Amino acid sequence: MKYLISVAAFALFTLFSTFAWSDSAPRTIQISAKRFEYTPSEIHLKVGEPVVLEFKTEDKKHGFKVPALGLVAVIKQGEVTRVPFTPTKTGRFEFHCSVFCGSGHESMTGAIIVE
Amino acid sequence: MAKKREINRRDFLKITGIGAGAVFASGLHLPFAFGQSGKADDFYFLQLSDTHWGFKGPAVNPHADVTLKQAIQTVNSLSVKPDFIVFTGDLTHTTDDPKERRTRMTQFKEIAAGLNVKKVYFLPGEHDASLDEGAAYKEHFGKTHYTFVHKGVHFIALDNVSDPEGAVGDDQIKWLKSELAKIKKSAPIVVLTHRPLFDLMPDWDWATKDGKGVIDLLMPYPNVTVFYGHIHQENHFNTGHIAHHSAKSLIFPLPAPGSVPKKAPIPWDASHPYRGLGFRSIEEETGKIGEVTEYPVVKG
Repeated sequence: MKYLISVAAFALFTLFSTFAWSDSAPRTIQISAKRFEYTPSEIHLKVGEPVVLEFKTEDKKHGFKVPALGLVAVIKQGEVTRVPFTPTKTGRFEFHCSVFCGSGHESMTGAIIVE
Repeated sequence: MAKKREINRRDFLKITGIGAGAVFASGLHLPFAFGQSGKADDFYFLQLSDTHWGFKGPAVNPHADVTLKQAIQTVNSLSVKPDFIVFTGDLTHTTDDPKERRTRMTQFKEIAAGLNVKKVYFLPGEHDASLDEGAAYKEHFGKTHYTFVHKGVHFIALDNVSDPEGAVGDDQIKWLKSELAKIKKSAPIVVLTHRPLFDLMPDWDWATKDGKGVIDLLMPYPNVTVFYGHIHQENHFNTGHIAHHSAKSLIFPLPAPGSVPKKAPIPWDASHPYRGLGFRSIEEETGKIGEVTEYPVVKG
């Protein structure tokens, strides 16, 4: 019985949370890009939660690409690059700079972790 | 024919300490050489790739300043000379300093001039061209995309690195379309490029942003083979009937696609110097690509 109550409570919470997310403005996550790192380099999200990833570069043009999620953006100097996104599945999704930015470019990586 | 292949194989075995991929036209399913006419006008060329002149990293290759020179010495020792040599990009290691970039290119060019062959073709890699959209490369090596014909084989060099996003670009695709329109459908075509044209490992940036558009243009041609670099290892993949072969590097190997969480050069192993660098031969068997042989690199 306790198990059923817990499951029902969790389901209600999830439903409420989904409605809450859909009614409010998406959470904004600011990410800074510079050679050869993102800050933060790990972005934690929840399934169903709409967010806007907001990128700025501190030095030169960079990119943001998550092949597994089909997300790609160019981060230009002096601009804010916004990437709206709502995760639909859990997992760890690697991203990398998709604009060659020098020696070390290959190590400019990060991950979106959806829980 | 078999005798000639044996001679060439012995020549390959002489090659030690290099990362040259030796490519026989006779192994490319080329009708001009092995067609019904029975006329054999075969030749071979060498593919060298990813030399990264200027790279410094003792943990990865403590012989970085001599590996290229050693390779050239070994290529020059071949008794049967290749018709030509092609470098498929990343001739130099990238630098933020435009002056240093040009110095590295000048040095590379001087070293490559020591190759005892009639013709050498160059292609840019992202390390050569992506920071200045190919400006320094063009000053030293000329066009970044071009065509040439050798003994009936149509070679097409494509630039998928001058755009820092790793794209061929609409203009070059339009150019490719017009070049292909001049070629008979049945003609043998070899495409040379730096990045893989297909999505080999997108998480590691081992792809070309608009590579699908290039492959779509090539698909109507039944005799197309692609040779590329970038991934510092041998890899063979088919998109339909089009075979894609990557070459090993002359500086350091990289791990197999997806084999490790993070892509990084494989550290130097003093007990196995030059491991991961090597060359391959592609041989013909009854008019089709037959045995593909990888030869280990032995310290010279």
